Amino acid sequence: MAQDAILEIEDLTVGYQQGGVFRDAARHVSLALPPGQTCGLVGESGSGKTTLALAVMQYLPQEGRVRQGHIRFDGRDMTALSRDEMRAIWGAQMALVPQEPQSSLNPSIPLGEQVAEILRRHNGLDGKKAKTRVLELFETVRLGDPERVARSYPHQISGGMLQRVSVAMALSTEPRLLLLDEPTSSLDVTTQAAMLDLFRELIKARDTSMLYITHNLGVVAQISDRVAVMYAGELVENAPTVDLYRQPLHPYTRGLLDCIPKLGENKRNVQLRPIRDRIPPLDDLPEGCVFRPRCPLAIDVCYEYPPLYAAGEGHHTRCHRWEEIAAGEIDARQPAPESAHTASPSGKAPPVLSMEDVHVHFTEERSLIDLLRGKKKTEVKAVAGVTLNIPRGRTVGLVGESGSGKTTLARAIVGLAERTAGEIVLRNLALPPGLRKRTSDMLCCLQIIFQDPEEALNPYLSVGETLRRPVMRLRGESREEAERIVANLLESVHLSADYAARLPGQLSGGEKQRVALARAFAPNPDLIIADEPVSSLDVSVQASILNLFDELRAQREIGTLFISHDLAVVGYLADVVAVIYLGQLMEVTPADAIFDPPHHPYTEALLSSVPLIDPEGEQMQLRLEGDVPSPSEDVSGCPFHTRCPRFLGDICVEEVPPWREDQATGKRYFCHISREDLLAEQKRAFRFSESRNHTRI
Amino acid sequence: MDKARDTLLEWGDWIWSGLRQLYACPASALGTTIFLLFLLLALFGPLIAPYEANQQIVEDARQPPSPKHWFGTDHLGRDVFSRVVLGARDVLSLAGLGTLAAVAAGTIIGLISGYQGGWLDEVIMRFFDSLLALPALLLALLLLGSLGGSRNSVLAVIVIVYAPIVARVVRSVVLSVKTKSFVEAARVQGEAFWYILLREIFPSTLPALAVEASLRFSYAIFLVASLGFLGIGVQPPSPDWGLMVKEGRANVTQTPWALYFPAGAIALVVIGVNLISDSLKQILQVPSQLERR
Repeated sequence: MAQDAILEIEDLTVGYQQGGVFRDAARHVSLALPPGQTCGLVGESGSGKTTLALAVMQYLPQEGRVRQGHIRFDGRDMTALSRDEMRAIWGAQMALVPQEPQSSLNPSIPLGEQVAEILRRHNGLDGKKAKTRVLELFETVRLGDPERVARSYPHQISGGMLQRVSVAMALSTEPRLLLLDEPTSSLDVTTQAAMLDLFRELIKARDTSMLYITHNLGVVAQISDRVAVMYAGELVENAPTVDLYRQPLHPYTRGLLDCIPKLGENKRNVQLRPIRDRIPPLDDLPEGCVFRPRCPLAIDVCYEYPPLYAAGEGHHTRCHRWEEIAAGEIDARQPAPESAHTASPSGKAPPVLSMEDVHVHFTEERSLIDLLRGKKKTEVKAVAGVTLNIPRGRTVGLVGESGSGKTTLARAIVGLAERTAGEIVLRNLALPPGLRKRTSDMLCCLQIIFQDPEEALNPYLSVGETLRRPVMRLRGESREEAERIVANLLESVHLSADYAARLPGQLSGGEKQRVALARAFAPNPDLIIADEPVSSLDVSVQASILNLFDELRAQREIGTLFISHDLAVVGYLADVVAVIYLGQLMEVTPADAIFDPPHHPYTEALLSSVPLIDPEGEQMQLRLEGDVPSPSEDVSGCPFHTRCPRFLGDICVEEVPPWREDQATGKRYFCHISREDLLAEQKRAFRFSESRNHTRI
Repeated sequence: MDKARDTLLEWGDWIWSGLRQLYACPASALGTTIFLLFLLLALFGPLIAPYEANQQIVEDARQPPSPKHWFGTDHLGRDVFSRVVLGARDVLSLAGLGTLAAVAAGTIIGLISGYQGGWLDEVIMRFFDSLLALPALLLALLLLGSLGGSRNSVLAVIVIVYAPIVARVVRSVVLSVKTKSFVEAARVQGEAFWYILLREIFPSTLPALAVEASLRFSYAIFLVASLGFLGIGVQPPSPDWGLMVKEGRANVTQTPWALYFPAGAIALVVIGVNLISDSLKQILQVPSQLERR
């Protein structure tokens, strides 16, 4: 088999030189990729997966070097090739689809020309033939209206379309190996699903091999034939996809799978188990097995470096105790978190916040030239009439894709964006639109947690100063009292009291987000708005932040609005889920009812687009056509009618749909189609397979 | 009392570590040495200079450099070395005070303009644009023409010429910082305008500000000298380097040293400060970036 492999990596060690010392970002990695197959490369940040891809492409930066081992592409040793020889391979036989198409395409050259250039150079086509070929390629990657795209510049089309262009570019020379570096991570789920379909189709048609790098275990499950799991620079497990998900034989893989909520799971029946501690820095690797300090199964033998054991047909694992794990004698799961049971009490609760027909419209600034031309002001309706209650002590999840207005709604509630119409009432206080008119009573009750932990804390203020301030200002405590409260706050987010003296630069991403949580909880609010608080964190950190967030919320009976683009996370954490599209709510439902029909057609499309973390699971193939309309356009009737898979006809275009209610579950949705008709047509959108991995507590 | 001592010690540490960093690279070490040398001259000039600034030694007029007169004497018999040494205080204090005032004014305006935005920002920035459209020296000439040449009016000129430039630099940093979550978090917690401006945003402008201030300082030295040379700044007989260059130029055929030494002093200080400014860029980084290295 090794002979046939298109790509064969053997005992590869890649290091970066830093101050005269090599730090090995990838160590002893062996991997073989047969033609026509897809290998998923999974790992958290710092696991060395990008280093590996760069080494394969021979794109390593100046200070990087292959220190040991071989990379064979089609039988040739890549490490021995000169730059000139590589030039014949780059693009022609091996191509890279980068994570951010925006930054890898030239902004000042039309897209068609950028692809044509490659065709002229590598395939020797003349100008005219190259142009026709470009259009064919754009057609293959299913870009609607290829001619217009070919004439467009990168800023004129959407991210999803750009990613298609960069795929077309990579395919243009019919390479035998395609390296994809997180190609869908910056895309919405509905676009991501369409891209994954496209990749699958392309491999089947062309027998291309793919190395697919991602941190998303769902995407890997859906696209790859085999999966290689990397941790701290080492390949810890490598197995056929189905085997890996059925029974992971390395505690790290197990840990990763237990960190993420799966679609349909709820905190009431499943607990997330974060992996303890954090990934070791490259200059301070543990002795023996690299995962040992975080492993629940570590014993004395783990102080010896484990070889890559062959555990079955094509199944390799770097764990001394794989046989015991395989036999089910020991439990490779991380210990369950200690936090108390956090499920909210059932029954109705009075609303802590109620929103009535909230609108946030922005008027776009006109430039001087527009002003002289007499161009009218364009109005962007970021939020167009949202009515929603957040009950006391409960979590309302708000799901939507980018541009759906979910962040704007959050900002309107806390007063960072001024609403243009509608009422927001907090307990019994009517909130004015702008922050300046709000009293400290109102501010105290309402806090927000932001998405990016890197930006959330002032780099020049110590953690203590950051936390003391709201306590002293909004709660009116003395300085001594505030210091004590800060220590308590730090303890409640599981950080030791000496963190008060640290600067944000000395904290990891997860620790920063913990401090940001503590700051939001500091004034004892009644309501917390969490705007994608975990989406920029690694999965193992994500789980601990989600658990912590819910623990704090439950202890203090705080109502929360939890905003995310991830339906599985929202479904896991929330008591009520609201789905937002183009600034309007499409569906508001109790969390346990969201995964069962009747669905609003948009929710249905979302549910069938989320990549299932189960290669054997079944899922409906419902894909949305086209892009989300720009919020500055006026969409008449139902806002979703331009992309709706259950489009009825004129009624959807002309008439605003009614809110319908499903009496049995209390689910409400915004659609012309009646409950009975939806029930008759819709099935459950996804189903997990019955293997033992998918049952857990 | 203890607290005051602690603060003093802290400042000492801070200056010490700053100096250590400046001496880490040869270019900034050279710049720092030059600057410290001139600072010593400015502080202790009267103790170092062998003669009075305007003391005429008629019998020694037009002497070339010699052990008695290190830099020679000018056409009036004044000791050039003494005048260069004593002139340091004037130049450095004028340029220093002017830069401080310009940086303070520019920072406050830049902070407010950038954070407030809207029409206020628009008005301030367009006004500054029109000021910056004129070459600095021309603007200075115009202003001095109406203010009359004196120490105070030179100070005022430095502020008016350089405050807009500082304001722009500060404003650009404010624009990038004010949308960050930590500023928004402070707003949501009801922090007052000035608190946000000074405590949350201002520290982020410090690295850019320090670099800009040192650069402005070297240009201010230059400006003071140029104004002296043109005869509209500090008036004779004060030992201003620019003035000395002007007088030296008139007698360049007989006493070229009276031109070269003050001109060299100007060049040396400006180069020294510029070298420091260059390395400040590398030394002053956000703490988080420092930590990661």
